[in-house]
Amino acid sequence: MAVSKKAATKSTPSATNGSNGSRQLLGLTVDPQEIKQKALMDLKAIKQPTKTEVYKSIFRVKHDQTARSRTLGVLSNVFLHLHPARVNRDAVRFSFTWGMGGISFYLFWVLTWTGVLLMFYYHPTKVQAFRDILYLEHDVPFGKLLRNMHRWAAHAMVLTVQLHMFRVFLTGSYKKPRQFNWSVGVILLVLTLLLSFTGYLLPDDQLGFWAVTVGTNMARATPMLGHEGPFGPQFGMTPFNDVRFALLGGSIVDANALLRAYIWHCIAIPGFAATFMIVHFWRVRKDGGISGPNRIMLESEIKPLRR
Amino acid sequence: MDWHQLWTIISLPDNIPIVGMLFIIPFFTWFGLRQAFANDRLLAKLEADPKLARTHHRKTQPFQKGWARELPVWPYLMRMEFLAVVIVTFILMVWSITLDAPLEEPANPSLTMNPSKAPWYFLGLQEMLVYFDPWIAGVVMPTLIIIGLIVIPYIDENPLGNGYYTYKQRKFAIWTFISGFIILWCSMIVIGTLIRGPGWMWFWPGMTWDHNRLIFEINRDLHEIIGITSQPWIGIFGGLVVGGFVTAAGYGCHRLIIATEFTRKILGRMSLLQYAILQVLLIIMLALPVKILARLLFRIKYVWVTPWFNV
Repeated sequence: MAVSKKAATKSTPSATNGSNGSRQLLGLTVDPQEIKQKALMDLKAIKQPTKTEVYKSIFRVKHDQTARSRTLGVLSNVFLHLHPARVNRDAVRFSFTWGMGGISFYLFWVLTWTGVLLMFYYHPTKVQAFRDILYLEHDVPFGKLLRNMHRWAAHAMVLTVQLHMFRVFLTGSYKKPRQFNWSVGVILLVLTLLLSFTGYLLPDDQLGFWAVTVGTNMARATPMLGHEGPFGPQFGMTPFNDVRFALLGGSIVDANALLRAYIWHCIAIPGFAATFMIVHFWRVRKDGGISGPNRIMLESEIKPLRR
Repeated sequence: MDWHQLWTIISLPDNIPIVGMLFIIPFFTWFGLRQAFANDRLLAKLEADPKLARTHHRKTQPFQKGWARELPVWPYLMRMEFLAVVIVTFILMVWSITLDAPLEEPANPSLTMNPSKAPWYFLGLQEMLVYFDPWIAGVVMPTLIIIGLIVIPYIDENPLGNGYYTYKQRKFAIWTFISGFIILWCSMIVIGTLIRGPGWMWFWPGMTWDHNRLIFEINRDLHEIIGITSQPWIGIFGGLVVGGFVTAAGYGCHRLIIATEFTRKILGRMSLLQYAILQVLLIIMLALPVKILARLLFRIKYVWVTPWFNV
């Protein structure tokens, strides 16, 4: 230790061998002075990471307070470019928006992530499903937390989606030009309910089994398509070919129903929901951002209708 | 008063959202309507003073001098979103640590749960099963709710209240939505969760859920009360009653639609098709509380009995 330190102090300032302090090492000419300079430069770069080429290659925009950088920071980021670069000052006010749409979207993300993690431990079979839940609850690290979070986030999402719709109605935000987006939103509400409902069966316990039995028994009574519904028998419906049979993959809630619920829950409905969400967010932007708070309009200012 | 029973129902982890709903929905109704009334006061002021209306900023929370109209999303909106995410994550974490998701015994088709309830958001529909046959409560009504919601923007021809809270300018729309969402949808969920016990019987909050309870009540069809016994007449009578309800309800709704000068003006903007769709949806929506009252007050099971379907 002492020797090497001595050697280092000896070698740095003075020119012992070679013209400017460089040495021959493994056939390369090494200049300690130069290496020190480079190390200092690297150290300086670590202190200012935003100046590094790595940072610039990822973000491409300076992180400062100029309007240009802030705008580009949003526009050139694939995750942030959902937003406009600038918004109406009022639009960030909680009292107007209640934030419920954004919270619903975040809850969808929470559900996706916790759901994917749950899928690692879950087999949609009659033999395994319930045991997997027990395994999750008792043996998997944080498994209980994971399952709890998935369920409560699902409940919360049903609530926030409804509140979002309530707010949009109260502010009249579905009016021209946003009519179509309201309809897309209603589809998303239905998909949210269906996502939650299909998830109910998956633990394969009494609660889910009977909830889904009660739920799908209603499908028996579908007019013309269910075997107990009006005109169902006249259309040749039996318990083995009606719409309930199609939903459950059988005449009772059993293994096929579990598999179907699993596939609807994990693949099909999330896919539809994601697609409709893309349309929903896209249209929020294309229809002129969030609706207000607008300047209030008087009754006397209604323009005559042109058809 | 059975406090223990009440606590058992309220503290059921799956019922937490409904208990939350009891506070959250009234809060947000108040929160929204408060802003609506604030705007309405401003409206009244501007309507009384047209000169002021021409130059007024038209907002209850106007921009102050020197404020920019627009803000950069980064950081002003992003920080709000970040804050929301942090708060929601925190709530979810606390909720998930303190309350466990329910897990009953393994599914057993030979052991019926009593009461066996649907997930809470479908309890309104399940509650409707008491009053209607499954094909109406479970299939037709949900379909109509979805269709009704989707067509709202296409039948609401009122151009006022676009992008701001108001009650005065949209009384009809707001009353319709609130009676549909809060009075029918939310309150039926609350009834289905907190009130309905074993055998789907009505237990007031605090009543013990008695699994051996028997209620001796006889629900009768309307034609039995009147005294019609043979089939073609039963069907014709029921059809007439339902037709009579549709006519009366349609007339009542029409009176509401033409109630004021303003609503008549809006009606003038509507096409015949828009008016017809509005009427159909309103009449069917009205049929729900009417049938509920007919059952609860007069113990009427079916109004219209035919060989193919019963209403």
